[in-house]
Amino acid sequence: MPPKTLYQKIWDNHVVWEEPGQPALIYIDRHLIHEGTSPQAFAGLRSEGRKVRRPDLSFAVMDHSVPTTSRTLPILDNDAKLQFDALEKNCREFGVRLFDMNSRNQGIVHIIGPELGITQPGQTIVCGDSHTSTHGAFGTLAFGIGTSEVEHVLATQCLGQSRSKTLHILVHGKRPKGVTAKDIILAIIGKIGIGGGTGHVAEYGGEAIRALSMDGRMTVCNMTIEGGARAGMVAPDETTFAYLEGRAFVPRGKAFQEAVERWKQLRTDDGARFDMTVELHAEQLAPQVTWGTNPGMVTSVTARVPDPHDFKDLNDQKATESALKYMGLKPGTPIMDIPVDRVFIGSCTNSRLDDLRAAAHLVAGKHVAKNIKQALIVPGSRGIKSQAEKEGLDKIFTEAGFEWRDAGCSMCIGMNADVLPPHERSASTSNRNFEGRQGKDSRTHLVSPVMAAAAAIAGHFVDVREFDVAHVE
Amino acid sequence: MQPFMTHTGMVAPLDRVNVDTDQMVPKQFLKALTREGFGRILFYDWRYLPGEKPNPEFVLNFPRYKGASVLLARANFGCGSSREHAPWGVKDYGFRVIIAPSYADIFYNNCFKNGILPATLTEEQVEELFQRNEKAEGYSLTVNLPNQTIADKHGLMFKFEIAPSRKEVLLKGLDDIGTSMQHAAAIDSYEKAHTATATMFDPVDVKYYSNGR
Repeated sequence: MPPKTLYQKIWDNHVVWEEPGQPALIYIDRHLIHEGTSPQAFAGLRSEGRKVRRPDLSFAVMDHSVPTTSRTLPILDNDAKLQFDALEKNCREFGVRLFDMNSRNQGIVHIIGPELGITQPGQTIVCGDSHTSTHGAFGTLAFGIGTSEVEHVLATQCLGQSRSKTLHILVHGKRPKGVTAKDIILAIIGKIGIGGGTGHVAEYGGEAIRALSMDGRMTVCNMTIEGGARAGMVAPDETTFAYLEGRAFVPRGKAFQEAVERWKQLRTDDGARFDMTVELHAEQLAPQVTWGTNPGMVTSVTARVPDPHDFKDLNDQKATESALKYMGLKPGTPIMDIPVDRVFIGSCTNSRLDDLRAAAHLVAGKHVAKNIKQALIVPGSRGIKSQAEKEGLDKIFTEAGFEWRDAGCSMCIGMNADVLPPHERSASTSNRNFEGRQGKDSRTHLVSPVMAAAAAIAGHFVDVREFDVAHVE
Repeated sequence: MQPFMTHTGMVAPLDRVNVDTDQMVPKQFLKALTREGFGRILFYDWRYLPGEKPNPEFVLNFPRYKGASVLLARANFGCGSSREHAPWGVKDYGFRVIIAPSYADIFYNNCFKNGILPATLTEEQVEELFQRNEKAEGYSLTVNLPNQTIADKHGLMFKFEIAPSRKEVLLKGLDDIGTSMQHAAAIDSYEKAHTATATMFDPVDVKYYSNGR
């Protein structure tokens, strides 16, 4: 048999039907659902008199628009309330498991899948959300879909798909102190550009990826879509198996050992070919900060805001000019001279325990700077929140002047009340710095959790390598 | 879905690379429960000044582009979020064809679910169309899907590539779900062979699983 990539193995395991020249029908093992992109899909089922084929493989959660303040108060945003009501009604009617906003296990869809062990190696996972790529950290084929496809998966548990090209991203060497999984993925996007991975599924490898915890691998896979590739994956290993053991949906005892033996086969064979390969050296990386209006507009914390004329391509020059105008930045400004108004530590990219522990370690005994109007910590799930509280992280944060919130997507997308006001500048651990992403006319700088925490303490971007950053993931 | 054969319409240019779906339909409009009405808010933050006053500087508000149905765009169009609200907005605004050098994967896929043709030309061809459009007010193009051609009235004719299966979906206005359901037997036998389950070994705080297996 010719050697296969991990992607090809998972693909081959899921082909239900195929014919030359047609997209294959592939089986979907887990369908994750949230309130934002599902109402029209359920409405479509209802109008055609269709059922959910596999409610037992479908999992719904409220995350995008949920308040991160008290959940005992009425929902003031009527449109959001209507969406919550619709999800509740749809899940009840079609028999789909729902984690509503009062569930102890509620959280961001891409956080709770892995946390509860719903996500397991070798699966195909889809969700009406582009950051579904997160689950690839477990050696799954996981990607975002549109609402019509959500309806398709609900009705058939399958999806018509054509094979993607494959992209191998190797990150060699060891990360320097203060350089995190977030910096690795931002550097990758900076290198390949935000359309660089289009049409591909990425597999990450190399010493620096292997050394990452599951939390770190999820950060890397999460932002794969920001480089244009729909899915990113890391072959499962002992780190993966140790993470999964004992989680709610993961088999126990002998069944677990058997599963591990199967999961060990999920790796790219020696000699398998990728359509494209990109290599980075972790030793050469510095903490990254975005300066523009897409995640590829990124540079090292020690660098300066670029000049449009630094770029050869006319379209790049125009895009840079327009980004700097939107961001209110002058070419040549040192990144470390940029002051910050608000700090957001959260989102499906960086709101896991490793992220919160590293940020708490950095801010312990310090206080947010006077110019910071708000510093938010939004755990990715209520499970993470509760564990963080057991470890006393909430107290460290609140004593340092941060707000400790309930779980949800929050200021990453600003669909609830957590919005970045016009012309204010954030240090944000989220995944997108598009115009208006965190709020109309808001200015987002994407950074790692420790970089965001350090910016909160200093009031402007600083090189986190000058802080105490032990145990940073 | 409405089939797509040929379309002739006026061109509106959007001269920006990497237009993301957050720009097409900003987050505050993602709380809708239906697929309707997104045309009014397409490109909301670019298109409107405070009070929903049309921004005269935004290209789609130029009087000369009123009634355009072909959107001429730049590379990596539709990147970012998977929100299908973006193509719903494009369609509802009145666009039936997008022409660009490249598209983000999810957006590209979503277009076909909504009867929009995202035609791909080379950077040079797209640039040529931008220039011709700039010079001639009311510039229009005829897009012929069966022949895979884009032509203007002055003799310009470009061929575009599209996967045969994608082409068929648009030509026939196929309903994907109905098509896939024709393979119900294959799905049944896959499920028998693979017995995919999601067994819960520890209780979690979850609702509604009564109708399921």
